[in-house]
Amino acid sequence: MSIPPVIVPPPAGGGLTLILEPMADVESAAFSLLVPAGTSWEPEGGGGTAAAAVDWMLRGAGPYGNREFSDALDHLGVQRHESVAAHQMAFHGACLGDNLPAILKLYGELVRAPRLEEEFFEPVIAGAEQSLLAIEDDPQKKVMVELTRRSYPDPWGRPSEGNLTDLEQATPDSVRQFCQDRIRPQGAILGLAGKFDPDRLIPQIQAAFAGWDRPPVDGAPPETGDFTPGFSHLTQDSTQTHIGVAFPAVPYRDPDYYAAWAAVDILSGGMSSRLFTEVREKRGLCYSVYASLHSLRHAGRVLCYAGTTSERAQATLDVLLVELKRLANGIEPAELARCQARAKSSLIMAQESTGARASSAARDWFHLGRVTSLEEVRGRIEALTVDSVLDYLRRHPAESFSILTVGPEPLAQV
Amino acid sequence: MPQFHHASLENGLQVIAELDTTVQSVAFGFFVRAGSRDETDEVSGVSHFLEHMAFKGTEKFSAEDVNRVFDEVGAQYNAATGEESTMFYSAILPEYLPQTFELQSSVLFPSLRETDFDMEKQVILEEIGMYDDQPSFVAYEHSMRRFFAGHPLGRSVLGTRESVGGLTSAQMRDYHTANYRAGNITLAVAGRTDWQTVLELARQHCSHWPAGDSPRTKRPPQPVASREWIVKDSVQLEQVMELAAAPNGADPLRYAAELLTVIVGDDSSSRLYWDLVDPGHAEVAEISYNDYEDAGTYLTYLSCEAELVRENRERIRAIYETLNRDGITADELELARNKVSTRIVLRGERPMGRLSSLGGNWLTRREYRSVADDLAILRGITLDDMHRLIEQWPLGQTATVGVGSLTEE
Repeated sequence: MSIPPVIVPPPAGGGLTLILEPMADVESAAFSLLVPAGTSWEPEGGGGTAAAAVDWMLRGAGPYGNREFSDALDHLGVQRHESVAAHQMAFHGACLGDNLPAILKLYGELVRAPRLEEEFFEPVIAGAEQSLLAIEDDPQKKVMVELTRRSYPDPWGRPSEGNLTDLEQATPDSVRQFCQDRIRPQGAILGLAGKFDPDRLIPQIQAAFAGWDRPPVDGAPPETGDFTPGFSHLTQDSTQTHIGVAFPAVPYRDPDYYAAWAAVDILSGGMSSRLFTEVREKRGLCYSVYASLHSLRHAGRVLCYAGTTSERAQATLDVLLVELKRLANGIEPAELARCQARAKSSLIMAQESTGARASSAARDWFHLGRVTSLEEVRGRIEALTVDSVLDYLRRHPAESFSILTVGPEPLAQV
Repeated sequence: MPQFHHASLENGLQVIAELDTTVQSVAFGFFVRAGSRDETDEVSGVSHFLEHMAFKGTEKFSAEDVNRVFDEVGAQYNAATGEESTMFYSAILPEYLPQTFELQSSVLFPSLRETDFDMEKQVILEEIGMYDDQPSFVAYEHSMRRFFAGHPLGRSVLGTRESVGGLTSAQMRDYHTANYRAGNITLAVAGRTDWQTVLELARQHCSHWPAGDSPRTKRPPQPVASREWIVKDSVQLEQVMELAAAPNGADPLRYAAELLTVIVGDDSSSRLYWDLVDPGHAEVAEISYNDYEDAGTYLTYLSCEAELVRENRERIRAIYETLNRDGITADELELARNKVSTRIVLRGERPMGRLSSLGGNWLTRREYRSVADDLAILRGITLDDMHRLIEQWPLGQTATVGVGSLTEE
């Protein structure tokens, strides 16, 4: 049995929520700070603002200048990374458990008092532009970034990197305004897992984030999830043709989520899965082929990828679509059993990672307003039957697709 | 505290285990001392192709059986091929160890059926195509070829379309017979199980493996300064890889080399980061250290707009010159130590994270180091060690390859 997490709800009127999962037998601790300031909050014509804001914020906060802030984190040995998605910007870190309070103090400064100094704005934008160019050089990534953009109504599919036109328009004031409006504790979540004593840590966190109490502002983007099928091509001088296919699925908070998850896992969960077997093993059409489940709070998509040399691209797309549609015709009990076995072992192995625990606690709170225990997840996966998965597939059939190819030549319409 | 165990089977198979009852899973892998450096030009890519063929089945298991059984036990499994070794590994829950072990050990001796061979060749050719679309990978392969010209480490792991296209299953069989012998293989186990179980499984499934090992020619490389610009107009950011000589995998200075590259070229708060990435001159500017049995390299990676390549390489040169002349500060050493300690501890908390250093250290050096040993070594590195390293193995830009729109710098 896992120990239930300690949850410190936000103060009256809203604010930062804390979720703490202490773990035995580890020396490390990890945290995941989600701030509701993702790409969906960017102003019209402000693509890339959230990512630019994260980079700029990290270049100095409170009493620390750019280099001092970075050195302070390094002296504490934190392994950190940041990401920006539709709903939130996220600050993740892992460290030795004993260093956690001092590190969180620095993150308190970061959200409460980012310096946003003029001299660093230009490098921030230069970095953002280079990230965009790097996507152009990576057709495998480009197809999925563009596919995601096309499979959700704006602003929900926006790439965190933005676009060149918008970045050229960005000014220090526009990004400062975004930080002013959006870097707020309302709706922010801090998930923590690893070596710490919650009774001692909670007051330390509260002290670190004290004063981060700006009043809430409204303007939340409407949560729309309409899906528009399509078929498009982006010409690129590449060796392979990179194929992306998207279709609707339910989001994480939907009661059907685990059935949707199982359906995708049967397609792509292991090397005995449908796509790997049919596209790669039996036909040798490509090296990389997969499907994954992508979830916003209010909508979800299955996103599929296959990369293959151009003369075999049409055959690959054809087989891929046949397999996606065929799933609803029937599933072997053994296929579902394998998917349940994989889920069981990944769940147990996730218990060994402080980083995985911290981020899933924060994510659960955002999507569900509570934290699911490993036992509950396991129970829901074990309760799946062939009929329940097929029933889901019949109610959410894979029949209309958003298809995008990146490569030398377009493919025939399907 | 994790417990270390070691035994050798009569055929020469090395069996090692670091067992720990505080974790939930067990990871194990077979590390074979065979990689691209053990090939000839004619069969370039055979080690990697063979790694794929391992999953195509044995006398007992068909290709479908192999994938199915691994998935039935919920294994996280894969394989990887490098210049000096090929590894096959799984992470599982302890109750599935026996059946996973039987399967994983058997795939090292696959049937190599002709129809599977022809089908998998297509997959490998697609994999070559996929890497062809990654300009940084192209730059890496060409820089290795240049730096190690005339040395077996210069050979591509994937091979070429021509070499893989022309490969026969008979050639693969010969390569397999020569290299897949028990004396060339280490079985490493990390996590939750007991030593008796490990030994019994090894005896039951690996005792019949052919004994012996295969010789490997070792000699230091003779790198010659060179530069190449591969034109690929569609590439937006020039990808530049630069190699220079560093201590080899047997040199005690290798730990210092690891730390030096953190100080100089880690992805945050390093000298390259502050001078190139932080001001927005480059998307990436990093340096890493790679060690081999008879060689070592400092690998510098620069990704930036083509018109900035010259000045960025100049900045890198200036950083290296200053460092080679003035060394590093005690504060820089301390900061790098803190970063690396966290990495060691985090990696060490998961059996899968322990496996590759456990197996790799034993395969190449017959050496066991616990997480505590690694941390102690790290703490013991002094400024003098660092300066001795810099004196013997200064940073440099010996072999340079760029991929992108530049025809010359």
